[in-house]
Amino acid sequence: MSHEHVSNTKRIWTVFGLLSIITIVEVIFGIIKPASLYMNSFMAMSLLNWLFIILTLVKAYYIVWAFMHMEGEKSTLKNAVVLPVIFLVLYLLFILLTEGNYIYEVFKNSTIKWNF
Amino acid sequence: MEATVTTANSEEKTWGGGNEPMKASYGKLMMWFFIVSDALTFSGFLAAYGFSRFKFIETWPLADEVFTHFPFMHGVSAPMYYVALMTFILIFSSVTMVLAVDAGHQMKKNKVVIYMFLTIIGGMIFVGSQAWEWKNFIKGEYGAVETKGGSLLQFVDKEGHRVALADFATTLPEEREQLSRSKGSWFMSESSLPAYSVAEVQAGFKAHPDLLIRTEVITKDKQKTILSRKDSELRLTQASLVVEGANLTHNEYGSKLFADFFFFITGFHGFHVFSGIIINIIIFFNVLLGTYEKRGSYEMVEKVGLYWHFVDLVWVFVFTFFYLV
Repeated sequence: MSHEHVSNTKRIWTVFGLLSIITIVEVIFGIIKPASLYMNSFMAMSLLNWLFIILTLVKAYYIVWAFMHMEGEKSTLKNAVVLPVIFLVLYLLFILLTEGNYIYEVFKNSTIKWNF
Repeated sequence: MEATVTTANSEEKTWGGGNEPMKASYGKLMMWFFIVSDALTFSGFLAAYGFSRFKFIETWPLADEVFTHFPFMHGVSAPMYYVALMTFILIFSSVTMVLAVDAGHQMKKNKVVIYMFLTIIGGMIFVGSQAWEWKNFIKGEYGAVETKGGSLLQFVDKEGHRVALADFATTLPEEREQLSRSKGSWFMSESSLPAYSVAEVQAGFKAHPDLLIRTEVITKDKQKTILSRKDSELRLTQASLVVEGANLTHNEYGSKLFADFFFFITGFHGFHVFSGIIINIIIFFNVLLGTYEKRGSYEMVEKVGLYWHFVDLVWVFVFTFFYLV
């Protein structure tokens, strides 16, 4: 099994420090909202939002890999857990966000005013 | 016949259990697959939130105007600090959980006890914080008016600062009693009435010429549209409902779906934290009683640890999509 019986307390605290720093960076960006990031967008989303999402994924990676100790598991277990989630989430997001945007366009361009 | 019979591994009971192709015990593996399905459930919720948000992208509430409270700092607008604090509390309880797992690997019972205890306390503080957050969300701060068409009108002064209904609404000599089942002609009742009627808000607005109306529509500079005084007066004539705070059908922050998703997703997450605390308490007492010491393995702590980290993982995403993005 993956239980190496040595204490990896040091790594735990390092990861905690890293997660805290990322959270602090996110909050700082969320409060000052730099115009260069907030006003420019890439694929219908502002650069600031992309930054938040990327930082969140980095945090998720560290939580799963270090705290849930995925890094010590066999690659079959890693793949069996991570790949279905990534695939299905991307699929779901693609469908729902495209559809949401489509409905927005329909509301916007229709002759009937729906919210007044 | 011999050609078709597999001779390799014939000594091992392949289907009899006991062998671990993924080198993880049955219980741990099942916890992982439970987490996969639960992760997909939360992804479904958050994707549905994204769907509704993209659908109403021009009128969605701005999160940092909604969540501005911080304990003991009344009236100070402190967006995000409180949720950031909650995030820290949950990440920290995740750290103590992983330290408990680590101590379990080394069979150090006392350390496991201490770290499990800290984890439970952290979880309780988190759930308490969430309750406080809900309380503020439900109570509301400024109040708003809903039009016949279902869009929301908020009130601002000349500088664009929000103004609460209580600061300008007049009191008219009118009485509107809440309908309760005991007074209804049939088994009917209604939810509690707002402090002011539409007519009182309209009269108060007329009496304060420096007030303006802010609509839900987001402009190019990512601010809410503020109407001119003339347009404001015109829009207010369409008012049909005074909204204070939030419930599942109306809320003073903007899109109705915003409050629905807030209650549902943070509620579902809070329920996960709550059940995590209960499970942690059970395991904590098992550790105290020495169950795992006798068993020779603290793997049970590891399994609840997986669940607890997962709850933290979900919060990281909820934090991003509700408060940052």
